Amino acid sequence: MTLDDLMRAPAPASQWVLDRDCAENGLTPGMVKEAMRSRITEMRSSIERGLASSAPSITGMVGWNAKGLHDAPDVLNAPLLKRVQAYAMAVNEENARMGRIVAAPTAGSAGTIPGALLGVADHLGIPDEQLVMPMVLAAGVGKAISRQMFISGAAGGCQAEIGSSAAMAAAAVTELLGGTPRACVHAAAMALMNTIGLVCDPVGGYVEVPCVSRNAFFAVHAVSSAQLALSSLESFIPPDEVITAMAQVGRMMPLELRETAEGGLAQTPTGLAVTARMAEK
Amino acid sequence: MSLLDMIGPVMIGPSSSHTAGACRIGQVARQLLGQTPARAEIGLHASFAKTGRGHGTHLALIAGLLGYTPDDARLPQAFDEAGAADLTYTFENVDLGDVHPNSARLRVWGNGEQVEVIASSTGGGVIDVIRVDGFKVSFSGGAFTLLTRYHDTVGVIAKVAGLLAADQVNIAALTCARNQRGGDAMLCTELDQPLGEAAHTFLRSWPEMKWVRMVRPVMDAGIQAPVLLGTTA
Repeated sequence: MTLDDLMRAPAPASQWVLDRDCAENGLTPGMVKEAMRSRITEMRSSIERGLASSAPSITGMVGWNAKGLHDAPDVLNAPLLKRVQAYAMAVNEENARMGRIVAAPTAGSAGTIPGALLGVADHLGIPDEQLVMPMVLAAGVGKAISRQMFISGAAGGCQAEIGSSAAMAAAAVTELLGGTPRACVHAAAMALMNTIGLVCDPVGGYVEVPCVSRNAFFAVHAVSSAQLALSSLESFIPPDEVITAMAQVGRMMPLELRETAEGGLAQTPTGLAVTARMAEK
Repeated sequence: MSLLDMIGPVMIGPSSSHTAGACRIGQVARQLLGQTPARAEIGLHASFAKTGRGHGTHLALIAGLLGYTPDDARLPQAFDEAGAADLTYTFENVDLGDVHPNSARLRVWGNGEQVEVIASSTGGGVIDVIRVDGFKVSFSGGAFTLLTRYHDTVGVIAKVAGLLAADQVNIAALTCARNQRGGDAMLCTELDQPLGEAAHTFLRSWPEMKWVRMVRPVMDAGIQAPVLLGTTA
């Protein structure tokens, strides 16, 4: 399954993804949809817990970002923006305090899809039942990316991890809002191409800084991609070539920039202090 | 790789590779032992050794040995639960050589049984089991996996394949390794359906068989797949 195949599939793109996956894995469409339904419920629950809590994470670097934003005045008068960011951070802060979340596709990038998809749905008053098939499409885009590149920061930098989640979220939001398969795939490609080069530099090696705020930023990024694609804008570079480019950059990336905490933000004086403090624990 | 691996697993944070994947590695080791271990010696390699503590890797491995899934709310209390289950454990940092940075070696003992498992957590909660008792294997826990350790003689693989065929079980993947000609060998087969109970008992009764284990799926798509016993559907 490639993005090119997906782009030419009959609408809705998610149905095509579902049929192919079931043929491959021996599951029925009903089972996959039921699992996705329960995952949406889990995502909701992690958002609610995350928005209500300001308890610190394992290292104490995060834990109050989502609640802080949620409770703050909407200075830009942009409720969609605020909601998407707060949802995304709520999930990742729950993750950072060993709460229950849905990896999508990983735990470190778990906030992007709920932030973007559930954030947009709640903003527009769309019920959860209508999110099931867009969630299937998101998973299909993730599968297409993982065929050429792993989806973890250790394998290809954060571009592979949050880049994948942003691409998955962009396709899902586009289908939710009535986009064609072509628009969904281009939304994914635009989201992915604008994450290329992003390093994985978690402070102390923990999925907290910059991961929590990075999820907030890339959830918004995914919604922006959907908006461009729904206005018929497309990625000039064909979608599968974007994945190839991302994979190539990932292979060129030194080990220091792939989740080892040996580069980037992790090597700042503050980052090193956190590493030293956690080593003593 | 299925859609349920991409949106999922539902898990206790914070890291799909360091926490959920580690838990699944523990689940596989438990199944290969065939029981809850009484003792576990766990070796952590590279990134698992370096940042495992804060990521709950130690807790998750023990949780898996206790049979918990990655979404089990008891995962953060796995050390206390191990005490209640009479499981003692040690952790050490090891160098497993040229393997994925998120890898672990689990040596587990219980009730006259012992097994050593080396496995990697490759991202998003996906695992890759690479050694069992020193034999090279390759399985992901995405399907029912039959492992047999036997005396290396002509025709054993054909006999096992024949038994699977007779039981209407389809082989999805197969690896085989031996320590020396005529020594011990291990056959690892990933299956579309589990072997039936009667066929399993029959297999264990063969004189050349030394050890037989059926590992149930630990990945979500495998767990949810319908078990099509005795049918080719």
